[in-house]
Amino acid sequence: MVTMMDTQALSELAAHIESRMPDAVRSWQIRVGELTLLAERDHIVPLLRFLRDDQQCNFETFIDACGVDYPERSERFEVVYHLLSMRMNHRIRVRIRTDEETAVPSVVSLWPVANWFEREAFDMYGIQFADHPDLRRILTDYGFEGWPLRKDFPLTGHYEVRYDDLEKRVIYEPVKLAQEYRNFDFLSPWEGMTTVIPGDEKVNGDV
Amino acid sequence: MPDTAHIADMDDRKFTLNFGPQHPAAHGVLRMILDLDGEIVTRVDSHIGLLHRGTEKLLEYKTYLQGMPYFDRLDYCSPMNQEHAWCLAIEKLLGVEVPRRASLIRVMYSEIGRIMSHLLNVGTGVMDVGALTPITWCFEEREKLCVFYERASGSRMHAAYFRPGGVHQDLPQRLIDDIATWCEQFPEKLDQIEGLVTENRIFKQRNVDIGVVDQRTILDWGFSGVMVRGSGLAWDLRRSQPYECYSELDFKVPVGKHGDNYDRYVCRMEEMRESVKIILQCIDLMAKDGPGPVLLAGSKLSPPRRGEMKNSMEALIHHFKLYTEGFHVPEGECYAAVEAPKGEFGVYLVADGTNRPYRAKIRAPGYPHLQAMDHLCKGHQLADVSAVLGTLDIVFGEIDR
Repeated sequence: MVTMMDTQALSELAAHIESRMPDAVRSWQIRVGELTLLAERDHIVPLLRFLRDDQQCNFETFIDACGVDYPERSERFEVVYHLLSMRMNHRIRVRIRTDEETAVPSVVSLWPVANWFEREAFDMYGIQFADHPDLRRILTDYGFEGWPLRKDFPLTGHYEVRYDDLEKRVIYEPVKLAQEYRNFDFLSPWEGMTTVIPGDEKVNGDV
Repeated sequence: MPDTAHIADMDDRKFTLNFGPQHPAAHGVLRMILDLDGEIVTRVDSHIGLLHRGTEKLLEYKTYLQGMPYFDRLDYCSPMNQEHAWCLAIEKLLGVEVPRRASLIRVMYSEIGRIMSHLLNVGTGVMDVGALTPITWCFEEREKLCVFYERASGSRMHAAYFRPGGVHQDLPQRLIDDIATWCEQFPEKLDQIEGLVTENRIFKQRNVDIGVVDQRTILDWGFSGVMVRGSGLAWDLRRSQPYECYSELDFKVPVGKHGDNYDRYVCRMEEMRESVKIILQCIDLMAKDGPGPVLLAGSKLSPPRRGEMKNSMEALIHHFKLYTEGFHVPEGECYAAVEAPKGEFGVYLVADGTNRPYRAKIRAPGYPHLQAMDHLCKGHQLADVSAVLGTLDIVFGEIDR
């Protein structure tokens, strides 16, 4: 469980990072004992280099990078980096924002391991990474189209595959479902009450 | 000038080989494009995703409870360790602590999962370099562990036994006794396997000084787990960032010296012995603490008892709501990691306050490990590729997700 000690050490660390990289850090927060930096997209490479090389930070291990999609925002994507320091035994999360067109500077030059993580974010969300050595799709099928983890991509996808015994090969067909995917919305059980009920128009005496 | 210099210039020495996707040494569905110069590997291009099932997408469409069984299907060699990470992430956001007995059961089954995974890896890894007997001995023991899984959860593999807030059901005392009996005889079986493999000349020739991982490689390629410990760094999340009740358990963190394939094999063997110790300690602690709840009692996370449902309308409603709508997780984000058998397995969870995760990113340890194949295999012989791949401990369920 989270102790006061941890939170204090993390906020000192955050203040240290903010004072040394004032351009790059937009804000920071500590929740459930985890430090999150909101960073400027264009400063991500110098920021992560600082986090890696600074003696107090020492975040030498690149744990993860992934995308998150918020379609209602003007910059719809977030790229979230997780770093770990084995020496100092602490973790940090860095979040930046981007949209469909704007490329995020790649951090492969800092950690080669970022290569596949950025490829995955590109594959799943279509997030562009500038100066990435090999920005190909990674997890999806050869010749796949679309960005599967975006919120507007249907869960069932667009194509299904099967082996065709006549053609002796695997063929692609548009998805045909015998039954619609049952997506229950438990959040608004009284939805009916908010929509217009037949007869409402009479209230204003239009009829 | 040596006589063979002209051969290196000739193109017929260089060729490209397609390894997989259906190859017994690929440990699943891995396709690698190997560029060879004679028998020397010059480039490895791994093509993954042949087992991609869209787990992260599916999780966004399921309640937190419905999402749980998907974690069994990630690293299917040690299913419960994955469930553990998912439960820890949810519990972190909810701010709940699991009952004592549930914590001990979880740790016990996580260690059983670790032994299952290591037995499979050691067995198949040894088979990759030509030894056919040890895998049968490993699987004999592994099968017994699968039965323990079945007796706790009803399923040998895809257990779905852990729950946010504890575990699904309490263990009968006879099962605990049988696990203890198994623990007594297992180290002897390990000795027998080691007797076949550890000092075996062929095994050593194939593994010593192959696939050496140094500290630079560890940091550059995001290694964790045995890949780190094999190179002499005592980094274990159970020790350094203890979760559950690991901080009060007594176990050692075995480390290697040279960081080669052989040291990683030895590390795994030693880790299994440590896991046995942990299991026995958990059994002792369970006996000492006596029976107790295994799920948060009286909380919205756990279902009401059957008896209550027969008498109480509220309990019946709660049961219905829990298994249809599910519980809501407060808005926020967190990252929870466990020391899975293969390394750091983490879940980055973004919750928006509803009954379903907004985003769940699974950080599988095998993903960065496999990525380093090009780095590790460059300059090695073609035959070493499968040996290195074996000790990376790759499982495609978790890499492709």
